[in-house]
Amino acid sequence: MTMYNPTIDQRVDEALANDFLRLATRRATDRLRNNKYKATAELGDWEKWRQAGETIRTHVVANLDFYLQQLIGQIEKQGGHVHLAKTPADAIAIVRKIVADNNSKNVIKSKSMISEEIHLNHALEEDGSTVIETDLGEYIIQIAGEPPSHIIVPAMHKTRQQVADLFEPIAGHVLSSDTPTLTRFVRLQMRERFLQGDIGITGCNFAVANTGSIVMVTNEGNGRMVSTLPRVQITLMGMERIVPSFRELDVMLNLLARSATGQRLSSYTSILTPPKRASEADGPEEFHLVILDHNRSEILGDQTFRPALNCIRCGACFNVCPVYRQIGGHAYGSVYAGPIGSVITPLLEKDWKTWGHLPYFSSLCGACSEACPVRIPLHDLLVKLRARKTLSGHTPQIEQQIFKTYRYFFTHEKILRRALRLGSRLQWPLVRNGRISGGPPPLSNWTKSRTLPKVATKSFMQMWSELNP
Amino acid sequence: MKVSLFATCLANALYPEMVLTMAKILKHLGQTVDVPEGQACCGQIAFNSGYFDDAREVARTLIDSFEHSEVVVGPSGSCIAMIHEYYPTLFENEPAYLEKANELIQKSYEFTQFVVDVLKKPDLGASYSAKATYHPSCHATRLLKIGDAPLTLLQHVKGLELVPLPEAQLCCGFGGTFSVKMPKISEAMVAEKAQHVLDSGADLLLGMDMGCLMNISGYLEKIHKPVKTMHIIQLLGEGMRS
Repeated sequence: MTMYNPTIDQRVDEALANDFLRLATRRATDRLRNNKYKATAELGDWEKWRQAGETIRTHVVANLDFYLQQLIGQIEKQGGHVHLAKTPADAIAIVRKIVADNNSKNVIKSKSMISEEIHLNHALEEDGSTVIETDLGEYIIQIAGEPPSHIIVPAMHKTRQQVADLFEPIAGHVLSSDTPTLTRFVRLQMRERFLQGDIGITGCNFAVANTGSIVMVTNEGNGRMVSTLPRVQITLMGMERIVPSFRELDVMLNLLARSATGQRLSSYTSILTPPKRASEADGPEEFHLVILDHNRSEILGDQTFRPALNCIRCGACFNVCPVYRQIGGHAYGSVYAGPIGSVITPLLEKDWKTWGHLPYFSSLCGACSEACPVRIPLHDLLVKLRARKTLSGHTPQIEQQIFKTYRYFFTHEKILRRALRLGSRLQWPLVRNGRISGGPPPLSNWTKSRTLPKVATKSFMQMWSELNP
Repeated sequence: MKVSLFATCLANALYPEMVLTMAKILKHLGQTVDVPEGQACCGQIAFNSGYFDDAREVARTLIDSFEHSEVVVGPSGSCIAMIHEYYPTLFENEPAYLEKANELIQKSYEFTQFVVDVLKKPDLGASYSAKATYHPSCHATRLLKIGDAPLTLLQHVKGLELVPLPEAQLCCGFGGTFSVKMPKISEAMVAEKAQHVLDSGADLLLGMDMGCLMNISGYLEKIHKPVKTMHIIQLLGEGMRS
């Protein structure tokens, strides 16, 4: 699922050279993070909430087979159809068939990360359908032909002027870049689309196993339109996105809304139990739930990485990550960016060649783990992914050699002492005013932007043994 | 108490005087100090790069060297956090060494944590005139959770004015091998941190992890805006002499 041709280095360079992107990312994440602090502080003991969240998610994931069966049974009993998709290709084929069976031409969508994960829009457009994203951010990046740069704020990287420029060809006239003009334009566009839509595709923040309900957390109300106006509704969900009952949903909604945007509750929290009954006025007549595996079963079976499935896609880890702060989402190259994206992408895609760089997009500062509302030890999982990659032989030979050498010297302290003494004598060509500021790679990776103190004439171990013979 | 010093690989090679000062301060506080031979590194360099097998052997060497120590104290929250957080992972399949690792975890401390929380000596009688700001290193704060121990020591230094560091919680971009493996991202991170140091208006940058300080001060020097930088141990050493 490579989406960009540029190399990782080029993507990072582009991101670092994009001042607007970096400013926007910094501002948006600061705002989201500060809102989160306020919204979590008022709950009292946030740590207890996090522990409750972790307990619920861990329980659900550990008993996923049971809850999936319960959910499927419940939805089928209510007259819905459930489809299990092993791979993204399977999921696409399932959706394509539903669209074709219904002779549908106008597909309207509300926000779904699974749809991004399987690259659904492109496939449906190939079949001749018109696909419209109705979430404002998603709509913007759909027109721009870009992936989301943040899982909660997909078009965070766009300026108002850039948005106006994107809208103009559709509007057919010049649009000023003030927010009311832009939102009015989108509202008018959407109103028409909502009424034309014959199939609605939604995401799913949680599915309630014992009632067969779909829960969508949005702030624009578009999710409601997509799930009530069209005759047919398709909901895409990752197979782990389940809560046992409304009791646990209460906890999870608090954790999600507060962690994501700092809201007590999102503007629209829709709980739907489609299809519509005979007595009901609104809702789809036909309902399909597509449950995607895409190697989630394998993660489930892997004790080390299983906690990654606990994620509720709130984006809190993005908003505290010092790496994401500098480079934004696109530099990662993956649909899911940020710390959680760096963990799950290599696990979902199982392709070290394409995604092996992601676990290294972290200084392991631990801010992500601290921010996670369900206590996923993200920095821990990132290190363990690096270990997996090393064990599978996908790291460079030279790197392997460097660590063998490191191991030798640092398990032989007496030899290390001599090596340091030798180093302190040999370093002089590199030393200027007592500091090192040049040298060959990989030293130059440091000295390009920083000076380095010189190796001491006597190491501490040497010094101490001379002082205390 | 008999305190064994863990010099840490970085300080051993680049900042030996700082470790010597640590020894002097601990002696001044009435402790017997020794430095077991054989110690070299906690293994974090290899561990964080995903080379667990290499890290394990380096860790084993460290465990062995402190086997007979009563208490182990090091001048870095990051290295002590490595022992506390990851030695159980490294030796999960070796019960004998897992037990030894747990013994080391029980008896090892970061310097400020040891002085404030164990020795209960928040006031070392030091004085030092400067307007300083303090960078709370990530591993000491988030993994080892040393809390306010470093600030407690600093607040008792006479003449020291502490000013807040904006966005102090942000990583400085060091991350050990991260700084060399992802040099551009690391540079962007340290550039922001350095700007916050400059914005703080302090003329002295303090911290309790030499890696982070080396990164921030090295960058400030490279952009020709050097700010005097000291490890808390160096500050206390100077301040206690006067």
